[in-house]
Amino acid sequence: MDFVNQLQRKFIDYSSSLHREGIVDDQFTQLRKLEDENSPHFVMEVASLFFEDCEKLINNMAIALEQKQGVDFKQIDECIHQLKGSSSSIGAMRVKNACIAFRSFSDAQNREGCLRCLQQLSHEYSLLKNKLQTLFLLEQQIVAAGGSIPRVH
Amino acid sequence: MARNGGVAWMRTTEKIDGYDLSTSDTEEVHVLAVDDSLVDRKVIERLLRIFSCKVTAVDSGRRALQYLGLDEEIQKKETNGFDGLKVDLIITDYCMPGMTGYELLKKVKESSAFREIPVVIMSSENVIARIDRCLEEGAEDFIVKPVKLSDVKRIIDYTTTELREGEQREGARAKRRGINKRKQREGDDDLSSSPPSTLSSSTSSSPSSSIQSATAPSSPSTLDSPTRRLKMTSSE
Repeated sequence: MDFVNQLQRKFIDYSSSLHREGIVDDQFTQLRKLEDENSPHFVMEVASLFFEDCEKLINNMAIALEQKQGVDFKQIDECIHQLKGSSSSIGAMRVKNACIAFRSFSDAQNREGCLRCLQQLSHEYSLLKNKLQTLFLLEQQIVAAGGSIPRVH
Repeated sequence: MARNGGVAWMRTTEKIDGYDLSTSDTEEVHVLAVDDSLVDRKVIERLLRIFSCKVTAVDSGRRALQYLGLDEEIQKKETNGFDGLKVDLIITDYCMPGMTGYELLKKVKESSAFREIPVVIMSSENVIARIDRCLEEGAEDFIVKPVKLSDVKRIIDYTTTELREGEQREGARAKRRGINKRKQREGDDDLSSSPPSTLSSSTSSSPSSSIQSATAPSSPSTLDSPTRRLKMTSSE
């Protein structure tokens, strides 16, 4: 029982740190509230979809920025729009903010600026993915140890 | 929250975030959700299911029209969608490749079979002109993304109210459009079209009482929408 409590405390602390560091915002908390015994892994499932989405879009933008014959900034803009939307829906605040910054360079058709933004975006995405995967692992450990996941409200 | 004066059917989860989820099976609202983003579709689907809605989620306006049987290129023999289930509410993203949510809204409102279905627009951009345009075209409400539980609750609340007020449905919607229109120039498109549809679709309510209610003051709940409050302030 003590072990479960330790894990639960760790989970709560880690969850709080994600908010404090701005990795996730209130929308993430909103999604947590949608979890119950019918849908216990909802946030994990949405996050997986988001990771796939994010990787695909970052990849597409990298390819677009590499085009020697000219960068299709309209395509870049569409990718940013999609990524900004889905990161906002999941509460991935720093990724969303990176998209907002990216957009201004894309609007200005500044290739160098875009490359820097893409790098920043990739960094924020990696950070988010690592942290969330750590959080989800904690969840799984709690459940495996017979405990319940603390609902943070 | 007892709906039928006595029995309230409890779902497996009675409360989420303080919202009472007890509802009757017969009042299940069927929502057609339209969004090109998979992440957003997953979220809106979950939000709607929490309020015991039946959800059909599609990834484009085109597919939404196909589901309704409105796609010009597909001859639908049946009057209903794939599984014959009547759609009670359409909730759609604004920015989508191909057909935008606005274009979908227009197509739905132009159709005699489906124009009565409330359409809610979702958008990440909080642009007054966009909101105005959608409401003018007959959108029931406009939600700024990211979508929250409280947004969905508001929409489901008045959708179920409308369904329950079956024969007064025409009057209630005409009333809401009356409120949206009151603050604008005398467009009259919707108000002028409501009498004919009232006459053709009403069963037990008298046409004159429905037309009268189009200019009556709205009930407090229709003014709860922050979008409406925002809209009315901006156009004054």
